[in-house]
Amino acid sequence: MAENNESKEVLLHRLQVCDFILVELNEYLDTHPDDPEAIRSFEKHRAMREEAAEAYTKRYGPITIMDHSATSGNQWRWVDGPWPWDMDKEGV
Amino acid sequence: MWVYQKKLQYPIKITRPNPALAKVIISQFGGPDGEMGAATRYLSQRFSAPNNDMKGILTDIGTEELAHIEMVCTLIHQLTRNLSIDEIKKSGFDTYFVDHTTGLYPIAASGVPFSASTLQSTGDAIADLNEDLAAEQKARLTYDNILRLADDPDVRDVIKFLRAREIVHYQRFGEALRDVLDSLDSKNFYAFNPEFDKCRK
Repeated sequence: MAENNESKEVLLHRLQVCDFILVELNEYLDTHPDDPEAIRSFEKHRAMREEAAEAYTKRYGPITIMDHSATSGNQWRWVDGPWPWDMDKEGV
Repeated sequence: MWVYQKKLQYPIKITRPNPALAKVIISQFGGPDGEMGAATRYLSQRFSAPNNDMKGILTDIGTEELAHIEMVCTLIHQLTRNLSIDEIKKSGFDTYFVDHTTGLYPIAASGVPFSASTLQSTGDAIADLNEDLAAEQKARLTYDNILRLADDPDVRDVIKFLRAREIVHYQRFGEALRDVLDSLDSKNFYAFNPEFDKCRK
């Protein structure tokens, strides 16, 4: 159980890191649209982000409503906790 | 159109409740230079932006500010968990508690509720971008003041992240302002409203 929680934290952190890089590059590119190095970096981290998101959502549930893990059989999983501000043990 | 991502932009895990600190940090939720004002300002201003780069930067920074509202609220929520009435009384949190319990209400640390009178959307790109530059500096100095008041390293780590974003956004708005000024008509040397007033050819 503890090991699972740890993996969840690691996978979520990887996704947060990728998304942060993409936000930073997104805003930079808005005012520097002709920087090829930044565009290459955006494309590289977008691919990393897709991998990180798939690894996380498969095991630990949806990040957005479009993720397949939002539904499971007849179950609506989207509302399952923890929500991002939750602090309880299971809510890492 | 927005799509919610069920995660925080930056991890937050505050284990030590501190209602006095929460009462200070709440200014960055609903205070005069807080994240709610930032998101409202940029997401309103973008409709009169004169070029696509400015529409983009206001949309994307405005969207990031929505994520910062969520982060500031998470800090306050976690700092006010499992409080005893004694802790609430001693910390001075009682004046907030009486109206809102431990719910999140957009308010300044001084007790003034969030007001759109703290921001502008003028329909003038140069005026708006200068306001945005000032707003990022005011938010940065508010985070500096929070760092002067906060001892908890877990809280300080999150505040430092948010502070750094203000500095990056200041940089981006400076570049957007330079783009607008560079594209003014050569006759427009007083830099009046480039989207409403047109220079006579």
